[in-house]
Amino acid sequence: MPGKLKAKIVAGRHLPVMDRASDLTDAFVEVKFGNTTFKTDVFPKSLNPQWNSEWFKFEVDDEDLQDEPLQITVLDHDTYSANDAIGKVYIDIDPLLSCEAATVISGWLPIYDTIHGIRGEINVLVKVDLFNDLNRFRQSSCGVKFFCTTSIPRCYRVALVHGFVEELVVNEDPEYQWIDRIRTPRASNEARQRLISLMSGELQRKIGLKVLEMGGNAVVGYLQCFDLEGESGLVVRAIGTACTLDKLSPGTDSKEPVFSEDPPHSLSGPPTPLRTLPSSSPPPFSPSKPCSRQSSSSDTDLSLTPRIGKTSPASSPSPPLSAPFLIPTQKLTEFPIFTLTCFPPGFLVHVGGVVSTRSVKLLDRIHNPDEPETRDAWWEEIRQEIKSHAKALGCHAVVGYSESTSICEEVCILSASGTAAMLNPRFMREGCLDTGGSDHRLSRQPHPGMVGSERGEGEVSSTWLGFEDASPPSCGFVHIPYDEFNMPFPAQLTYCYHCRRQKVPDVLFTTIDLPAEAEVTGKGCLIQARLCRTKKKAQGEVNATSISNLLPFMEYELHTQLMNKLKLRSMNALFGLRIQISVGENMLLGLASATGVYLSALPAPGGIQIAGKTPSDLSYDQHISTMQKRIDDTIAKNKELYNIHPPECIEEVVGSPIPDRQRSSRLFRSTSESSDELSELDLSHGKKDAFVLEIDDTDAVEDIQSLLTDAPIPAGFYSCNTEVMPGIHNWTSGLQMFTSVRVYRLSNANLTNQGLNKIFTDLCENLLKSLYFKLRSMIPCCLCHLNFTVAVPEEELIQVRGHTYLSTPLLLWSGENEEQLQFSMELCGESTISNNQPTAKPSAPSVDYGSFADRCSTWLELLRLKAHTIRRGSVKTISSSERCSPLPEGRSRSLRSTRSLPCGAPVTVVKMTPLSFLPGTRIVKYLGIINMFFIRETTSLREEGGVSGFLHSFIAEVFAMVRAHVAALGGNALVSYSMKECVFMENPNKNQAQCLINVSGDAVIFIRESDQEAIPPLLTSRQTSSTGADGTT
Amino acid sequence: MSVELDVFVVNTTIMDEEVYQLWLDGYTVNDAVKVRMEGGVLEGCEASAEVLHSDTMDQYRTFQMCERLLHSPVKLANQLLFQIPPHRQVMLIERYYAFDSVFVREVLGKKLSKGTKKDLDDVSAKTGVTLKSCRRQFDNFKRVFKVVEELKGPLVENIRQHFLLSDKLARDYAAIVFFANNRFETGKKKLHYLTFQDFAFCAGQLISNWTVGALGDYNMVEDMDVDLEKEFLQDLKELKILITDRDLLDQHKSLVCTALRGKTKAFNEMEANFKNLSRGLVNIAAKLTNTKEVRDFFIDLVEKFIEPCRSDKWTAGDMRLYLTHYTNSAHVLDTFKHQVVWDRYMGVIKSCILKMYHD
Repeated sequence: MPGKLKAKIVAGRHLPVMDRASDLTDAFVEVKFGNTTFKTDVFPKSLNPQWNSEWFKFEVDDEDLQDEPLQITVLDHDTYSANDAIGKVYIDIDPLLSCEAATVISGWLPIYDTIHGIRGEINVLVKVDLFNDLNRFRQSSCGVKFFCTTSIPRCYRVALVHGFVEELVVNEDPEYQWIDRIRTPRASNEARQRLISLMSGELQRKIGLKVLEMGGNAVVGYLQCFDLEGESGLVVRAIGTACTLDKLSPGTDSKEPVFSEDPPHSLSGPPTPLRTLPSSSPPPFSPSKPCSRQSSSSDTDLSLTPRIGKTSPASSPSPPLSAPFLIPTQKLTEFPIFTLTCFPPGFLVHVGGVVSTRSVKLLDRIHNPDEPETRDAWWEEIRQEIKSHAKALGCHAVVGYSESTSICEEVCILSASGTAAMLNPRFMREGCLDTGGSDHRLSRQPHPGMVGSERGEGEVSSTWLGFEDASPPSCGFVHIPYDEFNMPFPAQLTYCYHCRRQKVPDVLFTTIDLPAEAEVTGKGCLIQARLCRTKKKAQGEVNATSISNLLPFMEYELHTQLMNKLKLRSMNALFGLRIQISVGENMLLGLASATGVYLSALPAPGGIQIAGKTPSDLSYDQHISTMQKRIDDTIAKNKELYNIHPPECIEEVVGSPIPDRQRSSRLFRSTSESSDELSELDLSHGKKDAFVLEIDDTDAVEDIQSLLTDAPIPAGFYSCNTEVMPGIHNWTSGLQMFTSVRVYRLSNANLTNQGLNKIFTDLCENLLKSLYFKLRSMIPCCLCHLNFTVAVPEEELIQVRGHTYLSTPLLLWSGENEEQLQFSMELCGESTISNNQPTAKPSAPSVDYGSFADRCSTWLELLRLKAHTIRRGSVKTISSSERCSPLPEGRSRSLRSTRSLPCGAPVTVVKMTPLSFLPGTRIVKYLGIINMFFIRETTSLREEGGVSGFLHSFIAEVFAMVRAHVAALGGNALVSYSMKECVFMENPNKNQAQCLINVSGDAVIFIRESDQEAIPPLLTSRQTSSTGADGTT
Repeated sequence: MSVELDVFVVNTTIMDEEVYQLWLDGYTVNDAVKVRMEGGVLEGCEASAEVLHSDTMDQYRTFQMCERLLHSPVKLANQLLFQIPPHRQVMLIERYYAFDSVFVREVLGKKLSKGTKKDLDDVSAKTGVTLKSCRRQFDNFKRVFKVVEELKGPLVENIRQHFLLSDKLARDYAAIVFFANNRFETGKKKLHYLTFQDFAFCAGQLISNWTVGALGDYNMVEDMDVDLEKEFLQDLKELKILITDRDLLDQHKSLVCTALRGKTKAFNEMEANFKNLSRGLVNIAAKLTNTKEVRDFFIDLVEKFIEPCRSDKWTAGDMRLYLTHYTNSAHVLDTFKHQVVWDRYMGVIKSCILKMYHD
């Protein structure tokens, strides 16, 4: 269906001087959409032209509206020669296509040239009239809302979650077309920018179509990525979670703020025919039925005990509620996968642990843009793998899911990771979850359907009632979803320290944000594991095979590091885990970041004990014991630092019920060969488990050293890579976002793994130190959403990138950072062979943390490495429970209403944050997604201040353009911001450099809330939710 | 291993005022790092010199990118590249346009030409201000000069509006522009004891009393605040009668002496020197029509008036008393018809001399 796009060019300012003679410019503007072009008059001799053009009207299909950007080109008129282009502005029309988003784009937008950067600004007005045709949604997907935010957007509530959507578009990369040899760099860059813009539009439209088919109206957690595969092409792919969102009207939202505050009932309203049920139905966490089943089926011994806790795994869904949805239709959505990382209370029933998969592929040389099937198949395979991992954990869904790639020449590592979980089907569309799957417990669930039926089972209900009192819903998500006697990996289970009814693992790793209801002891902190592995330079299959062979070891080692560091901080759970493995020519880089916390519902972590391999040697023993002492001291210090003081009494109580299985879990270095013998040692000290580190070679010694040398965070700073800092609640509204990029060059030729590890670790530590130093004036503050990305953009460079959000909890401010680190390593050795250091690109790892097997398949042989099918026991998954922690406050605040937008300044202040909210404010409107791709190139690198100067100004320009587009949409902030791609290439000899940056986020309007207002809503919402829960019981 | 690239970009630009000052002062990155280390920034931080160096580099780069905008401060407010809170913008501009009084003293009254700029390394060596900083300050003077040169309206106001400077700084710039335009001699040894603020004050007096703009008519001439009013300078010639007419001179002297008698210890010297001093002041007035003489205005004041008084050990109070009565007594002279011009002249002379009369 057609629509009418209207554009008006108002004025320009700060234009560059194009005519040296007069020091002025004769500017005019071309406005192009699709194949139609309009021109304004020439405004002679001015650097601040006032065109005030008529409305240029384009009558186009809405399909084109979705795909094409509006292209505005500013030129300098030249009578005698060709007109010189000053620069361009691409405007994404998409936000105007949804009635709930922006209605007009109006404002000053920077005029951008890929060679010169920003050259002045242009003031434009853009509107769209969509013909009010009921059919229009059939033809295209106008109206489907997209959100980068990985939680339910603040001013909506979720009526239904439909499930996973994905799409992938392939094209030739203009940079590699033959024509590129004869055209100018500018033309080539512009062709690329335009192509990617088109592809993103197309991708979004196609995803929108899928969503409409599913009956949804929005995509949440929309994640779009580019794979620059070089000669084999350009892939743009996206994943997201289809939902049906209801807008909260301003009036109502005070009572039922965001869905996140809102217990499921309100949400369940639409889907359930049985509206009355909610009141009588059990709260999601304590599903009566499943319990009963469980107890009867699997653990006989447990069933004897009154605590039926066990039930949890299957029980999760309180089936009765949404009976219709529970019915296990066999037409499941293909992938029960969700890109969300943050959920409404009650949505997440149990968490199983991290699942991840990696696969090494060789990019096909023959390119066939019309058949993206190959890549589709690759991803499909990976998602299937993820799904089966989740099943093995007894879970029917994967949440916090993300995908990434790392490409080096023709080798590509595809990674996917997520968190296996049980979800409350109340929110699901029928068939969305694979409830009928392998898990027998689950398959049973469906039948009873109704409240009545559950009541029918006397046994069940009684037990259920029994533990209702004891276990507040807050600890539900940590309870294991899998069968205790048929565990997918060795784990130590104990009874939940919170409700004492159900089993929990000793450690839980997840990729999601800390659930709002989770109860945390002390504060959280950022935990990073870093690893470098050299590999031989190779080609083709050999290369792919050697990479696949290395991957499992890397993941294992990263995991070991994470585990050790977690123990060292006396914590027992990781959230927001993100592992990237980046591949380079002769090196692999692994970087894992997560936020460690002490979940009150999980058992206290044991200490770390060091075991020497050759106990005979006296001096060696001494060495070991000093080291042991240092470790113990560090643990004690960290407990103090993070304020972790779990009540002692709990431990005692719990002591008895813990099965004796709980011996010391050992973590052996993968290199150690003697693990068998050692496993016999009983190294547990006290009644806690000790975590044993074996020192069997110098590597191990260095590892322990590095463990201890992690620099402590300076006083007043907190850092985490999740949205909110566990244990800190008093956020302020000041924030700051930054990006930092570093590139290092390695100078010595023959580095060992150890040497590289040390360097890599130092780089990361230095970057952190640098941040702390720069931000010292803001303390106390918290770096939130600290996000590192590693890459090796060229043969000799390793690039690390990170994003951070900085916010100050205690006092005045919070900032947000995006940080990007880059290093490059160069081997100076002359030998050509070893010369290339890796080109590691940021790759998202899909390591299964803990629980699973990773697998890597080479493209050729489909070789699967079952690297560790079973991760050493320690890495488990699962959960902890608790009551409502105060955590959510920051967020709930943002829900409050107030009016009046800020900004009296000539330039609207636009905040940018990788978080999905702004502390102390309330988001009142989502204006649409911002997804921009820029290329900048220079042939005068030295003159622009070298690589640093070049990149610094480019990033500043990208920020400026993003802010300007947000402001033009009428917004004052960009949330869920991320810089997904930052590819930097240089050729200092030719004085050239090129950089590509892709950024995205959600443009929003926020309003500050007054302090008084902030609190009551919170309370009320709490109350309602709690009463709601009670009612259901 | 070396750092190849190291960049830190913030959404809302963060600037460390201390580093900004170091940058403005023309320190190199390495020197700035040294200064910061000595200043103890690292205390209490776990940071190393490397971290400090990286931070300093980042900030220097940011400043360099901002510099272009600072050249036309109005743009800074509506540019999109850097998001800088308004109060920060004010700070950036104010500091950027601030200058060292030792430096300005060297170039005050000189032509703001390329030639002068070439000599800046001498100035730098002499004043101890880094060459880079000298250049920045010099370019600032020149830029302000060029912009206001072509503008109508009051000088100070123009500077304030085009460069968004504080009132104080705008006045200082007005003085600098005024001096540069009229090329007042300030470099002679005898004038060395005068500070920039002394001159700035005098310039303010001249601008507000002796220029076309001083009449409050802002529509007529372009440079009305920068040039002295020609007509007024012509009129000043008429004052000569005060010294050429013996009767008038004697009458004037006796009036002044009567008023001063017993009120000051320096009375005898005043009485003895009256005619010399009066001739000095009136001659200065009479010569101002000649542009060349205008340049020597300050040196004349010092030589013809301030130095004799100083050698007679007049106190500042004596000076004030003397000038007051000297000015007022002229009104009583019945044959003296040029009261208005006299007041306009003496008003400025009096306040200038009072300002300049110190050690």
